[in-house]
Amino acid sequence: MTGDMTAAVAEQHATGAPLLKVRGLDKHFGPVQALYHVELDLPYGKVTALCGDNGAGKSVLTKCIAGIYQPDHGEILWEGHPVHIRNARDSARLGIETVYQDLALADNLDIVQNMFLGRERVRSRLLDEDSMERAAAETLASLHVTTVRSIRQPVASLSGGQRQSVAVAKAVMWNSKLVIMDEPTAALGVAQTRQVLDLIKRLRDRGLAVMVISHNLTDVFEVADRIAVLYLGRLVVQDDASAMDLQTVVEYMTTGRYSRTGGTRARES
Amino acid sequence: MAQSLGEYVRAYTARIKAGESGVLPVIAAMLAIMVVFTVISPNHVFLSPGNLVNLFQQAAVIMVLAMAEGFALILGEIDLSVGFVGACGAAITVQLIQPITTNWHWIPAILAGLLFCTVFGMIQGMLITRLRLPSFIVTLAGYLIANGVFLYILLRGPFSGYPNLAGLGDNLSIIYRLMWGAIDPTVSWIGAGVVVIGLGLFIWFGDSRRRRSGLVAPPASLSLVKIGLIAVVALVVVAICNTNRANLGTLEGVPWFIPIVLGVLGAWTILLQRTKFGRYVYAIGGNAEAARRAGINVSRVRTVGFALCSFTAGVAMLLYASLLGGMSNNVGGGQYVLYAVAAAVIGGTSLFGGRGKPLHGVLGGLVIAGIYNGLYLQGISSVEWQYIVTGLVLLAAVVIDAVSRRGAASGSVTRA
Repeated sequence: MTGDMTAAVAEQHATGAPLLKVRGLDKHFGPVQALYHVELDLPYGKVTALCGDNGAGKSVLTKCIAGIYQPDHGEILWEGHPVHIRNARDSARLGIETVYQDLALADNLDIVQNMFLGRERVRSRLLDEDSMERAAAETLASLHVTTVRSIRQPVASLSGGQRQSVAVAKAVMWNSKLVIMDEPTAALGVAQTRQVLDLIKRLRDRGLAVMVISHNLTDVFEVADRIAVLYLGRLVVQDDASAMDLQTVVEYMTTGRYSRTGGTRARES
Repeated sequence: MAQSLGEYVRAYTARIKAGESGVLPVIAAMLAIMVVFTVISPNHVFLSPGNLVNLFQQAAVIMVLAMAEGFALILGEIDLSVGFVGACGAAITVQLIQPITTNWHWIPAILAGLLFCTVFGMIQGMLITRLRLPSFIVTLAGYLIANGVFLYILLRGPFSGYPNLAGLGDNLSIIYRLMWGAIDPTVSWIGAGVVVIGLGLFIWFGDSRRRRSGLVAPPASLSLVKIGLIAVVALVVVAICNTNRANLGTLEGVPWFIPIVLGVLGAWTILLQRTKFGRYVYAIGGNAEAARRAGINVSRVRTVGFALCSFTAGVAMLLYASLLGGMSNNVGGGQYVLYAVAAAVIGGTSLFGGRGKPLHGVLGGLVIAGIYNGLYLQGISSVEWQYIVTGLVLLAAVVIDAVSRRGAASGSVTRA
């Protein structure tokens, strides 16, 4: 399954166009303009970090892409075609999976049960546990998630990093092409953070587009290929991570501008 | 990934630490009750076959009612109405088969009673999910309404409020014999043998197939232990039931209610453990928001859960009607709800949702019936002690539940 996915993604990768393009996206809630003409590209095989202070509009933008909010104006292009993502089901059908900060795991269920929650395999109306367990084990092995003792242990008994890994594995198991992760390293210790960052790099190496929302700029520079900064609902910059440094990003996040010549400004149309 | 026995024991310990205390505490409680009451009962009558069958009878109603309550508890809710909703269903059945009035055949009469229960539960479930009302309040209202409806139904028929199952008609005696009829001893042995061999083959081939394909599976020794336990329990139960328990004449064989209780246990175990619906019930009890985001129709699963809860309560109270030989207005519908919740929790079902099995209701029901029966043998004056001891055991079960759950929560926080 994973082999096929990598091949399919690699083929599209060759065309060079970004997987997902956000063009001129507006979103307001009553009088509050949450997003203003946002333009964002999420290319294949790249980790894009979305940074911004509290209230900058990071989660609104994420939810517009994930289909939870509907944008007021603007469009989303998926593999070059305009798409309307009306709900979470639509986004899942396209291949967008979101790992929320709370991970949305049921503590009382085991790893296999969580990974297949809502998409169980059945044979003559009964759950096909054997085939689900095999597929879950394959996915975890392909992501080098090897620290769990048994995939039949309840998620409650896992460490924070392991839980994050399970949530990510759950997201990539469904032929997803874009994985959005909300604060994946918040509340994790040093070793656990390492584990999750390595996992993000492996997703990129498989050719997936990854968007990481994070406050932790150390982690951002560690893992991101591209960095985009939101400031008060405007996307003020997006550029290769190598073209920016910590100072630049902090300045964009806090003032929306950069005094010296830095990254390319996002086009304002 | 086939595990050795040692690894399996370690994994089991991990599960206990993660808040799944499992069935060990309740089995310990059962052994303690057995030893204590055997020692203190007059002439050690507690363990006599006649008394044990009596105990099973008292337990059967609580067991099935606890399995009903299990649906609500696993969903993270509670249903206080089970006693009287079930009693309504049973009263409808008993009234409909009365020969001098409606004189229905017993099959449609039972179906009508159970249909009433199912619809009642579905309405409660819809109020809880659509209007987002707390299940505690909705089912408390349901309890009062069902209590009133129950009294209304009783007054509609003959015997001025006490319809009974006495009489020679087949219809009446079939309901009566649910609790009091017995299967021929030879057939009992054959039936038990078929069940044990069937379950044994299922466990053995299922486990060894999983071991062969490298999936997480118990070691062969543990599969054998499981099968052995089932065989021993079947052997002991049938041996007890096949002993003549009548003071005068012959009364032997496995009573009908035992296969009925086992049927409910089997059906609900398969539903909860091996179907999508069952998986969703657990997921909602564990993390309703995660279930919703996974695309599960949370409202529908909850509503069906409440409907199944009331349906099963109907089965339980039908057994109760059979035990009483009729229906009367002093049915302990309120008391039985508390016994049902207590039995489920004592058996290992969590009050906080997401954890529990139908088997827990059966084991917890045995504990409560054991206390009830054992204290009864000490003399009538001990009625007050039945309440006190049952309450204390319930309290102990809730403490175990809460402590093991807190242990699980703090464990994952420190490791995060």
